[in-house]
Amino acid sequence: MEEFRELLDDCVHCGFCLPTCPTYALWGEEMDSPRGRIHLMDQLERGGPLTDSTVEHVDRCLGCMACVTACPSGVRYDRLIELTRARVEEDHPRSRGERLLREMIFAVFPYPRRLRALRGPLRAYRRLPVDLGPLLERVSPTLAAMERLAPPAARHVRLPERVAARGERRAVVGMLTGCVQREFFPGVNAATARVLAMEGCDVVIPKGQGCCGALSLHSGRAEEAKAFAREVIEAFADVDVVVVNAAGCGSAMKDYGAVLAGDPEWAGRAAALSARTRDLAEFLAELGPRATRHPLDLTVAYHDACHLAHAQGVRAQPRRLLGDIPGLEVREVAEPELCCGSAGVYNLLQPEAAGELGDRKAANVAATGADLLVAANPGCTLQITTALRRRGRELPVAHTAEVLDASIRGIGKESFLSRR
Amino acid sequence: MALLDALAARLRQIVGAENVISDPAELATYDCDGLTYHRATPGVVVLPDTAEQIAAIVRACADAGVPYVARGSGTGLSGGALPRTDGVLIVTSRMRRVLDVDAANQRAVVEPGVINLDVTRAARPYGYYFAPDPSSQQVCSIGGNVAENSGGAHCLKYGFTVNHVLACEVVTPDGEIVELTEGPGYDLLGAFVGSEGTLGITTKVTVRLTRLPESVRTLLAGFDSMERAGAAVSAIIADGVVPAAIEMMDALSIEAAEAAVSCGYPPGAGAVLIVELDGPASEVDAQFERVKELCAEAFELRVAADDVERGLIWRGRKSAFAAVGRISPDYIVQDGVIPRTMLPQVLARIDAISRERGVRVANVFHAGDGNLHPLVLFDGSEAGAGERAEEVSGRIIDLCIEHGGSITGEHGVGIDKAKHMPRMFTGEDLDTMQMVRCAFDPAGLCNPGKIYPTPRLCGEVPGRRRGVHPLVESGKADLF
Repeated sequence: MEEFRELLDDCVHCGFCLPTCPTYALWGEEMDSPRGRIHLMDQLERGGPLTDSTVEHVDRCLGCMACVTACPSGVRYDRLIELTRARVEEDHPRSRGERLLREMIFAVFPYPRRLRALRGPLRAYRRLPVDLGPLLERVSPTLAAMERLAPPAARHVRLPERVAARGERRAVVGMLTGCVQREFFPGVNAATARVLAMEGCDVVIPKGQGCCGALSLHSGRAEEAKAFAREVIEAFADVDVVVVNAAGCGSAMKDYGAVLAGDPEWAGRAAALSARTRDLAEFLAELGPRATRHPLDLTVAYHDACHLAHAQGVRAQPRRLLGDIPGLEVREVAEPELCCGSAGVYNLLQPEAAGELGDRKAANVAATGADLLVAANPGCTLQITTALRRRGRELPVAHTAEVLDASIRGIGKESFLSRR
Repeated sequence: MALLDALAARLRQIVGAENVISDPAELATYDCDGLTYHRATPGVVVLPDTAEQIAAIVRACADAGVPYVARGSGTGLSGGALPRTDGVLIVTSRMRRVLDVDAANQRAVVEPGVINLDVTRAARPYGYYFAPDPSSQQVCSIGGNVAENSGGAHCLKYGFTVNHVLACEVVTPDGEIVELTEGPGYDLLGAFVGSEGTLGITTKVTVRLTRLPESVRTLLAGFDSMERAGAAVSAIIADGVVPAAIEMMDALSIEAAEAAVSCGYPPGAGAVLIVELDGPASEVDAQFERVKELCAEAFELRVAADDVERGLIWRGRKSAFAAVGRISPDYIVQDGVIPRTMLPQVLARIDAISRERGVRVANVFHAGDGNLHPLVLFDGSEAGAGERAEEVSGRIIDLCIEHGGSITGEHGVGIDKAKHMPRMFTGEDLDTMQMVRCAFDPAGLCNPGKIYPTPRLCGEVPGRRRGVHPLVESGKADLF
């Protein structure tokens, strides 16, 4: 494949990516660094065998794209790993157990209704008088990880198909509700819609919208991802801007142009949708504030989600939005570029590495001494909360949208935190 | 291969099976450092965690008569950590603990795999930093810095790594753990720092911490030609100002840096100068005004208002090497030194060679101390292009020697420049250097094949040398 060769040749082997790579930070091995993985990909491209060990190093990559940020030569590692993962899925036979797990994950997570169906059993399981965790760990570390990460079931919130702007209308925006976001963090979607409306936007929330395909895309399930992408493009055909509040989803949608580039029927529409996609913080910063911000006396630690900071380059906007709230202080988390280990379904498929990274992130978050953690990706929220709990630390977590919502509506600190 | 297999089994006993790499694809990822022109897949890779393990590994290699090479982050630019296909690669990337920060005594103790910038990160809360700042400081390791005696932009004022190392714990080629310190007696520490991994492997480094300056001021000056920028450098130095750094970049390297990190250098500049002053505020302020006057020929002067702007100015310079990847598929990073006053002549000659051979050369350099980093651009997929670039690169080094300079300023000789050593030194000079090496490593197993063009005395290929060495003959030296 010509594209692949060209992408590989951009790497000059300088090593600037090493310290920002989570797996290199963990193990210090060349083949678990971006530079080493590119070397492995190069060997494959030159006809080398796709061995179990090479697959392992590809699987261990979190796809956090910190290396893309760090690279002075502009290597598109994100594309390289995506193409390599697709090849692994095609050419590498996985064990029966592994296959089953992957099938199960991809049969559940991209489907909000199936996720919702899980909540009842999950609630019942949580009420059991015995802790089945250790047993689950023996049967399947992935299932055990899933159980640990699952948040307490939240009440389902049904959003209307259209929320009208408050005051004079400034924009009409589409809103992606997501899968995990919608089912496990319905409050975030409600807050997002309210903030957009209070800032003068008509918010269109198409009913039939499905999964954006991020999980599939980042796991080498290229065809599945394309099918999801086409549906999302269709659902948002009529809006000027699509606002996304989950970092992983936004990053995938901004990639639609590349994902469907080879499909003449869809390439144009895909590129157009990518160009119309905005992260919530990015969009609000472009729009400029209009609604009054009421004081919120809080110290918050802001966590850079990889798919926001590295994949979309959105770092300054959420910090500014938060910092502009009177009384609110934003604190930086040490090693901000390092992934928390959530990385889509990584914490389910590689629970051990993900756990270590989660612990490292939780320690850095705890060290800020903040009252609240702000993160803009549901995966990160689940991952860091779980890791903090392991340290015996309960720290409330909120999405940028929820903090803005509380400030604009004038909900005070106590009442805001008590709902976390 | 049976020899290596047996050795690998012993290494597994020393460090545990999970820390020995022998899978062919995995081994291949270690086939080069930052210089990709030379490649060799190591026979075995071992990832130790302690000095004791390294000592045991070295003893195992010595017993088996197998050569070994140490490697840190693998960012070197002279192939100093190029592995041996018939040997062991000892990688220190897991030994990355900062053991102690003793701010009161201005020192820190770190393991060799600690990243250069992490020493500064650890010291900064106490108001200190680690002064040597190679452009790869965000990734290169202290062990590698010690081996190569690494420099950096700020070495003009603060000196090289050797000026900032107070002690090294070293595993000698016979597998002993010794401590080399500054102090009375022969300066063995001085001999060790910069020995390019040929005298032993450092396992713990005590570094000097430098007080963060009260004031730092950074100037970016855009000139329409390299000559004018060069004249400004000479004027600044002649005036008695000792800047922390003076860096120069030409149009081609500016283009690359701009493409990579959008550093916002003055558009249309034929050359930019970055001049940084640091120290007590009153002194810096006075000198900064003087520097601005001396840069009067610049068409644009920009002063960094804060750390963010300073960071952006430096980002362009520090990413320049890798950024060249944006404008050329392949390139050779050259490293040579000339007397500062020869700058205009040498640049003109480089330009002439570049035109004559049709090979583009981008110039980045530490102008304050005459350390040139010409980047020779080529496209490896074009037949003969690599050879032409290699030839141009070699001729630039010849120019440096002709003008009274040196074949390397800070990247080291490694494998890449061994062939140039006889142009700078006589056979006797080289033999004398090898006497030092033999004193540490009589068996010639510690990073063999580096620095010296041909094995001598305690050679990598024993018994090749004919006759008695002149130094031995004259009674000046003994053969071990």
